[in-house]
Amino acid sequence: MTPENRAAYWRANLQLVSGCLLVWFVCSYGFGILLVDVLNSVRLGGFKLGFWFAQQGSIYIFVGLIFFYAWRMNKLDRKYDVHED
Amino acid sequence: MTLQTLTYLVVGASFALYIGIAIWSRAHNTSDFYIAGKGVSPLANGMATAADWMSAASFISMAGLIAFLGYDGSVYLMGWTGGYVLLALFLAPYLRKFGKFTVPEFIAERYYSKTARIVAVICLIFISFTYVAGQMRGVGIVFSRFLEVDVTVGLAIGMGVVFVYAVLGGMKGITYTQVAQYCVLIFAYTVPAIFIAIQITGNPIPQLAFGSEISGAGVSLLDKLDDIVTSLGFTQFTGGTRSTIDIFCITLALMAGTAGLPHVIVRFFTVPKVRDARTSAGYALLFIAILYTTAPAVGAMARYNLVNTIQSGEVGAADGNLVYDERPEWMHTWQRTGLLRFDDKNGDGRIQWYNDANPDFAATAASYGWQGNELSVDNDIMVLANPEIAGLPNWVIALVAAGGIAAALSTAAGLLLVISAAVSHDLVKGIFLPDISEKRELMAGRIAAAFAILVAGYLGFDPPGWVAQVVAFAFGLAAASLFPVILLGIFFKRTNKEGAIAGMLTGLFFTVGYIEYFKGLFLKWAGAPWGENVAEHWLFGISPEGIGVIGMLLNFFVAISVSYLTPPPPERVQHLVENIRIPRALARTDHE
Repeated sequence: MTPENRAAYWRANLQLVSGCLLVWFVCSYGFGILLVDVLNSVRLGGFKLGFWFAQQGSIYIFVGLIFFYAWRMNKLDRKYDVHED
Repeated sequence: MTLQTLTYLVVGASFALYIGIAIWSRAHNTSDFYIAGKGVSPLANGMATAADWMSAASFISMAGLIAFLGYDGSVYLMGWTGGYVLLALFLAPYLRKFGKFTVPEFIAERYYSKTARIVAVICLIFISFTYVAGQMRGVGIVFSRFLEVDVTVGLAIGMGVVFVYAVLGGMKGITYTQVAQYCVLIFAYTVPAIFIAIQITGNPIPQLAFGSEISGAGVSLLDKLDDIVTSLGFTQFTGGTRSTIDIFCITLALMAGTAGLPHVIVRFFTVPKVRDARTSAGYALLFIAILYTTAPAVGAMARYNLVNTIQSGEVGAADGNLVYDERPEWMHTWQRTGLLRFDDKNGDGRIQWYNDANPDFAATAASYGWQGNELSVDNDIMVLANPEIAGLPNWVIALVAAGGIAAALSTAAGLLLVISAAVSHDLVKGIFLPDISEKRELMAGRIAAAFAILVAGYLGFDPPGWVAQVVAFAFGLAAASLFPVILLGIFFKRTNKEGAIAGMLTGLFFTVGYIEYFKGLFLKWAGAPWGENVAEHWLFGISPEGIGVIGMLLNFFVAISVSYLTPPPPERVQHLVENIRIPRALARTDHE
């Protein structure tokens, strides 16, 4: 575990976190709040799409996002050999 | 069997279960008491976190709020779930790696300062007590309605049960009881939702029924609802009245606040490994999402049922409204609690429920012969009355009562534990008596928990006027005080003691000051030049509920600037940060 190795691990981590944060922002603040009126002109079954993102879709995406992050992070831990035991 | 007997049986059985679990999982040392000996599986911790998190407000009030707020209620749905993404990405794994007992303890070591620890303890106690008072009130409501006992007796029973498992079991007892409480509350929440979804749309899954067509009507539930409520002068269910910037800020304040709530963070100290903390956050949000995606469906269906009951015929027709003397049984029962009120303003013996605060609708209402809205419904009864409104069997109603109590008790216990840990571990051991033995510290923790229960019970029994209002602001305060300094402590090595203390105090004082200025919660007398919540005066159009975001930005800004103007943190602290950033233990030699 060299300092360079740890720095590379941290950079990879920050990259993954930024990507996840972008998705987090776009699906809630983007689709559910800022663009809600635009998306509401599109229908998803009985829902207006913007409303659906605000009250349903964003939550599903949040759940998926955390599991995705956990899976990728656990892989990074092994790749940079910083995993536990 | 009568409803009351059945409710006693179901609630009694759930209490027996909780106490049984508490005795089985007693705490034997401080590690058990504070963090369940780090032996909780990620799945069990996910369930416990979900129960810990979902309070009386989530179970009892949220669907009711959404029923009346419609789209504006999305702030709670996104805010109280999106915070877990922040928690999983920025805090949980690193604080687990840190591997100590409390949140102020992290702040003390990372910022090498007792002052920082005391500031953190003050923030924590303030946030947690306002929150716990709301839970106790929830217990009181459920008891007085379903068991028809006095609110005081109900509170005393609730306090007694929490006392047994929080004081005996500590974190270990609480964790396993919370797992059971999650099962009770989620079952109690989804069963009536499924029944009602089938009744209205024929689709048994509430999340899908929410966007389905009403059986036999050929029009979707949401379109129909938009249609009826606008014809009564209300805002569309799928539209809102709050400004975009306000919605944005409230959502962000709730998210950052969620991630900064000590009783949630500390749950991630209980799992064995760093990678378990990550997965566990995923499970926690999954279990929370089951309730949070059902809630808006319940809200919409409850609003639809209620409006259809009152507006039984065409809007404006002489016989279009429910005759008061023919009102259904559930209205009688809820009128007795005072949470549902009727006032026949135009003396026609019928109930009119419409938006009399809408100036554009006033002329229309007058032409119908309506002289003001005649029905007032408390948000809190929508979920509790839902099974009765839909005519579901008694066992479902009894189950809902047990679920509401489980939601309130599980959250109360989690909060009481962080309060007692802050007192016994951060104040007693960390500051006043560093040499105290483990056995005596455990005793101090139990005494602090018992004392906190009494204070919480008092706040629930006789809430000072401001308690209910302050609960919503606990999030703003957590977002503005604790969240930024914990985040910086992990991701920004240069942050030092001076920066953290200045940042926390700025965030806290700005947010409390703004809330005080508009709400006058703490100090207010007739003619005082503040306490008027006038929307035109809001900073950037942000309501006091969302102002925590500005407090948070100020905290970040001040903490970073002050850190650059003062000396960097010492070598050992920089090493601590290096160490918490990687899952494996970092040996001294690795640092060179």
